Amino acid sequence: MPEKKLYVGTRKGLFIFERNGAGYRLKRSSHLGIPVQNTLFDERTGRLWALLDHGHWGQKLSRSTDDGKTWEEIESPKYPDGEMVNDDTAATMRLIWVAATGSNDQPGRIYLGTEPGGLFRSDNDGESFELVRSLWEHPTRKGWFGGGRDQAAIHSILVDPRNHDRVLVGVSCAGVFETTDAGKTWAARNKGLRADFLPDPASEVGQDPHVVVAAKSDFDTLWQQNHCGIFVSQDGGMNWADVTTDGTANFGFAIAVHEERPQTAWVVPAVSDECRIAVDGKMVVCRTDDYGKTWTEHRKGLPQKDCYDVTFRHALDINGDELAFGTTTGNLFVSADGGESWEGQGNYLPPVYSVHFH
Amino acid sequence: MARVQFTRHLSRYFPDLEQNVEVEGNTVAQIVSGLNDRFPGLAAYIVDDQGALRQHVNIFIGNELIRDRKRLGDEVQADDSVYVLQALSGG
Repeated sequence: MPEKKLYVGTRKGLFIFERNGAGYRLKRSSHLGIPVQNTLFDERTGRLWALLDHGHWGQKLSRSTDDGKTWEEIESPKYPDGEMVNDDTAATMRLIWVAATGSNDQPGRIYLGTEPGGLFRSDNDGESFELVRSLWEHPTRKGWFGGGRDQAAIHSILVDPRNHDRVLVGVSCAGVFETTDAGKTWAARNKGLRADFLPDPASEVGQDPHVVVAAKSDFDTLWQQNHCGIFVSQDGGMNWADVTTDGTANFGFAIAVHEERPQTAWVVPAVSDECRIAVDGKMVVCRTDDYGKTWTEHRKGLPQKDCYDVTFRHALDINGDELAFGTTTGNLFVSADGGESWEGQGNYLPPVYSVHFH
Repeated sequence: MARVQFTRHLSRYFPDLEQNVEVEGNTVAQIVSGLNDRFPGLAAYIVDDQGALRQHVNIFIGNELIRDRKRLGDEVQADDSVYVLQALSGG
């Protein structure tokens, strides 16, 4: 597997870990004291992005061309004047939650997913952003609502590497939306999902995917850890199958899929909505190798007593057979064997928001 | 011209920010705009993308909190002291 560094966004800054023998060691930190919601590494330009969520000073974008040694702040996107979240509430930028690059043949294309539900697009490496109006003006959009956040927010952006006109976004709470015509039109892709918190659990819109991922090798296989379970689609999101178990693989936030084997995925379960803590005070990772028909539990190297960690939606990532995740209690774990055993790489980090191999 | 003082926390992001900045303006909005001309990007730390005062930022004119957090229409006199401070929040 290619050797990569680990970029850990936390409530109190960005921490970059590099390989050190079999494990990792802290190479660099930045933005100390500032919440770093997420990071993005643009392989086309070598730029590293940090999405900052200042408690006092608002949402900021920070960009580095030297792997985080130095940073420049660039202007954050703005909601156009007069845009409304609903009939009563004006739209203001409340969170920049996720960033994604366009494909290799779209130089300068960057997407941002935000609260209150706007997708922003740049075609000049972030020098300026525009609201993607076709999604913002989707007829269902004013009916979207907050899930985990006060207002609806985009947490997942998937650009199909085979066809950059196809983009999927995951929205809490609304569901999955897909464009196949470069953003001219968007369609809800939520058939088969279940929203137990709605009067009509099968509602086309109002679903709560916590995060949506796709295998790099097969963008027709999509996975999501949803508020109401785990779902997989093998037809590009047209239909979702519920692969939740009655046991451990159920509620959670994060999910990862193997880059070459789309049938293999991992989740880091938690006790359901009401509690949001580790199951039975023990940390566990569940893995499937058959599209979710069966799940195996893996605990080796993970705390099995008095553990209350939860793994947020952007805090699990994969690099070949290597996986890493971080937790709300500031633990960072890495597995070199497909999630069967784990080794702690740091126990005293701030609460972890995101973990990415770059 | 009004004299503006800042929370020291802003100097982390604007190292050149002086502690007593004199700015022309008849309203708080004009003061913020004038500050942004002198220190590009500063306004985005004080107000959100719609121009409203950020939730956890306070602006005082003398000892009085401004009333119009949405449009920053409070009037400022030439000899006023204006304070841009962060609210006590967070953790």
